Amino acid sequence: MVYLTRKAEFAASHYYHNPELSPEENRQLFGKCNNPNGHGHNYLLEVTVKGEVDPRSGFVVDLKELKDVLNREVLDAMDHRFLNKEVPEFATRIPTTENIAIAVWERLAPRLRRAQLHRVRVYETSDLFVDFYGEA
Amino acid sequence: MKAHLTRRYRFSASHRLHSDAMSPEENQRTYGKCNNPHGHGHNYALEVTVSGPVDAATGMVCNLVDLDGFVAQHVLARFELENLNTLPEFTRRVPTTENLCAVIYDVLRDGFAKAQVEKVRLEETMMNSFEYAGGAELRP
Repeated sequence: MVYLTRKAEFAASHYYHNPELSPEENRQLFGKCNNPNGHGHNYLLEVTVKGEVDPRSGFVVDLKELKDVLNREVLDAMDHRFLNKEVPEFATRIPTTENIAIAVWERLAPRLRRAQLHRVRVYETSDLFVDFYGEA
Repeated sequence: MKAHLTRRYRFSASHRLHSDAMSPEENQRTYGKCNNPHGHGHNYALEVTVSGPVDAATGMVCNLVDLDGFVAQHVLARFELENLNTLPEFTRRVPTTENLCAVIYDVLRDGFAKAQVEKVRLEETMMNSFEYAGGAELRP
């Protein structure tokens, strides 16, 4: 089994707000992240796939295919977007780094053919990242 | 949905690697420059990984305010700008980064209740780092 990781960057804005909580509870829970005008990050994404090395190609995965899927399913949807308003998953889920990692997994996992998705890592800043392994 | 969250912190401290169980020559041979009796310092970078279900109401594994508060009070305040050899944790253990990593892991595991503590990763310099997860096998 070999693991391969591809990095990608995207810039997006978001804010944290739960409509079921009062304005005071939202402010208390989310602090500055609750500002409805949003704020932004340069997100760094690391997508790790695993699989056996194909004896003919020497590849775990066709990198071009992985890059195309990543561009189409994730970057086109999230880069330079206001996540809360422009990405459907975040109409009902708060776009925390945790939920972004889950959304990226859900967008990629069904579309990878040869290799199996192992981990999605999303850095919100260089000091904070989330790993999602597809665990229930 | 279970996710893993990692937060990075920094602190600076000094140490000297020396074992009372070894002769001066053996200490010198084992620890080299790190055996200098006056000690030396590092800018450590600490990565704490916690896990848990993503809360449906908050979208979070745990509130970063809680994690930051715990680490600031129980880890950073304890080691920042200290000579590690003078601390009670290292009266009988050599303050290698392996041992420091394990001490920090134990502090978190025993005291931080808001999420599962998975792993502590400690960078001593840009060129070396250590990981400890309580003896459990690390993820590939």
